[in-house]
Amino acid sequence: MCECCEKSDLSKLTPVFEAFAGDDHALISILQKAQDIYGYLPTDVLYAIAEKTGNSPAKVLGVATFYTQFRLKPVGKNLILLCKGTACHVNGADSIEKALVEELGVGDGETTDDGIFSIKTVACLGCCSLSPVMMINEDTYGSLTPAKAKEIVRKIREASK
Amino acid sequence: MKLVFGEGSCGIAAGARKVRAAVEKLNADGAVGIGITGCIGMCYLEPIVDVYDGDTLVKRLVKVDEAAATALYEAAKTGDLAPLAKYEISADDKEFLEKQTRIALRHCGLIDPEDIAAYEAVDGYKAIRKVLTMTPEDVIAEIKVSGLAGRGGAGFPTWFKWNAARNAKGDQKYLICNADEGDPGAFMDRAVIESDPHSLIEGMLIAAYAIGATKAFVYVRAEYPLAIVRLEKALAAAKRAGLLGENILGSGFSCDIRIKAGAGAFVCGEETALIESLEGNRGMPRLKPPFPAEKGYTQAPSNINNVETFANVAWIILNGGAAFAAMGTETSKGTKVFALTGKIKRGGLVEIPMGLTLRDVIFGIGGGIRDGGTFKAVQMGGPSGGCIPEHLLDTLIDYKALGATGAIMGSGGMVVMDSHTCMVNMARFFLDFTAKESCGKCVHCRIGTKRMHEILTRITEGKGKEGDVELLQELCNGIKAGALCGLGQTAPNPVLTTIRYFRDEYDAHIREARCPAHECAALKKFEIDPAKCKGCTMCAKKCPVGAISGELKKPHTIDQTKCIKCGQCVATCKFGAVEVK
Repeated sequence: MCECCEKSDLSKLTPVFEAFAGDDHALISILQKAQDIYGYLPTDVLYAIAEKTGNSPAKVLGVATFYTQFRLKPVGKNLILLCKGTACHVNGADSIEKALVEELGVGDGETTDDGIFSIKTVACLGCCSLSPVMMINEDTYGSLTPAKAKEIVRKIREASK
Repeated sequence: MKLVFGEGSCGIAAGARKVRAAVEKLNADGAVGIGITGCIGMCYLEPIVDVYDGDTLVKRLVKVDEAAATALYEAAKTGDLAPLAKYEISADDKEFLEKQTRIALRHCGLIDPEDIAAYEAVDGYKAIRKVLTMTPEDVIAEIKVSGLAGRGGAGFPTWFKWNAARNAKGDQKYLICNADEGDPGAFMDRAVIESDPHSLIEGMLIAAYAIGATKAFVYVRAEYPLAIVRLEKALAAAKRAGLLGENILGSGFSCDIRIKAGAGAFVCGEETALIESLEGNRGMPRLKPPFPAEKGYTQAPSNINNVETFANVAWIILNGGAAFAAMGTETSKGTKVFALTGKIKRGGLVEIPMGLTLRDVIFGIGGGIRDGGTFKAVQMGGPSGGCIPEHLLDTLIDYKALGATGAIMGSGGMVVMDSHTCMVNMARFFLDFTAKESCGKCVHCRIGTKRMHEILTRITEGKGKEGDVELLQELCNGIKAGALCGLGQTAPNPVLTTIRYFRDEYDAHIREARCPAHECAALKKFEIDPAKCKGCTMCAKKCPVGAISGELKKPHTIDQTKCIKCGQCVATCKFGAVEVK
């Protein structure tokens, strides 16, 4: 067991293990539920999942790092998913990314110092007709311009203070 | 009267739910009927509201905003629709739908996807009832007559896969629906699940009956939360209606369908990688053979089809395979759905019979290039496909004809580009994608795509060398021959097609340090047109590196040695005096 600083409340995992008891192929589903609970996948949670599912910690970490959905670090209060799919690329997604980096001072995969925003670029959100698009938490914002993108995050930052 | 709001992901993103909430607030007395539907496919006109009188659509309203809530409510209440005239769809836009032939999308945007009764009212679940009176062999024969081929991209005959799975030895067989729609620029499958989930379920039940599977999975991308929610609701409703689970409709046939959410990996669209992922592993493809029909999920016989393929099945059973085969060309039967996006005037979902030309779709239905631009290329098949240039616009939409251009039919992404899109940068963009999404199993794909991305990046930065194009071609051929799965084998396609049709752009970057589309930042040159410059000094104030100088009210100049090509001056100038060269 890892002796690092992470001490998660592992009892929260009990209902998840019960729900998938007897299913040998549920590792990804269990990791998804665990991420819903903790917001990310802390190391001690990964070890607990390995032990309970009978997998080696290496396999669990291997799966967790293979898929883009899983995060091994906590994210900010608002997660910005910036679409960089083909349609968004053709319609200027790079300039939107530049604007967000300018406004927030952090780039892809990073979180602002105040913990309000994390940025993650994604391959396609499937709203190609509204491109360029970003998604913040559950809301999608389309037909972005650099100025519009900055204004949207500014408003959310004001509301988060 | 009843107001029906188009609430697919695009409609919701454009604000459909906000408009509906505003109308519902006014409608406390319930005077107006309010309903939802899925995606009609005219994404460029969202949010869309349909006004119904009984079952008759009397008006389609487009680009409806929250400010229209009161007018919507009043009009539906009084029946006087005149005040809504400014939102009414134009005759031009109506053509977008009128020119299509819809089978897979037949109910999309017309019925409430969250109501099983709405599906049953349009002949829903009649096909499975018919199938349960047929033999599995007859079902497969009907699909064979239809000529239906896999709509996920490869175009493999559906009946052949079903037959192989039916004939494979094993007590437990599985049916899998591939809804891991990963091609950037493609959203047909999402629209089908969000707008007509029961047609997917019915198609799957028919396939399960044909191959003898009692357990089925739908592997859906995690990025499609609304699709997952609607499919969950639909599965629950089908179960309550006795259409799913044990002893379906008293026939003795049992089948259960479960949803598995993917976790974000493009390679999981490859069938054996998808199976690995279903088993809870890293999604790394397996060596074929054995094919999934023999050894698939947990080494048991399995059949995998894509969402759009299943969405055609119930229609084929009800209307006969011959009716489906009557559409299309010699080698490609039926219809195909495309997601038309990019620099297109009317972007959205287009379903057309095979055998139309690319020009019919892009100019006839899509209305051509927006903002008065010039067509340059259309990218088909996502990262596995290629770019088709202007002189091939009369190519037929047919697996064989498209394949001959170097592109592929693919799953249906059709991204249109105009003269402002740099084709070298486009190739770089796709290689960036495939290099990141390569699972790492084979050296050719893992390292080859990375090296290709490096070379393409170098070219777009103006550091290209003579011989780079030949080196790229050599790498392309090596990767095509050496990669294990479809991802690696097709990853070179965007590079090969751009070299084949836009070699002049590669040469301009390498030999003249020039980007003809003015897209590659490192090769851009900003200059001020003295005839247009008023000397307002705004650009000089905005320039972060002090590269712009000049006296007040006199033309300014840009010091090229200081310029970092950020583009601030272009954005600031009110007179359009800064030119990008």
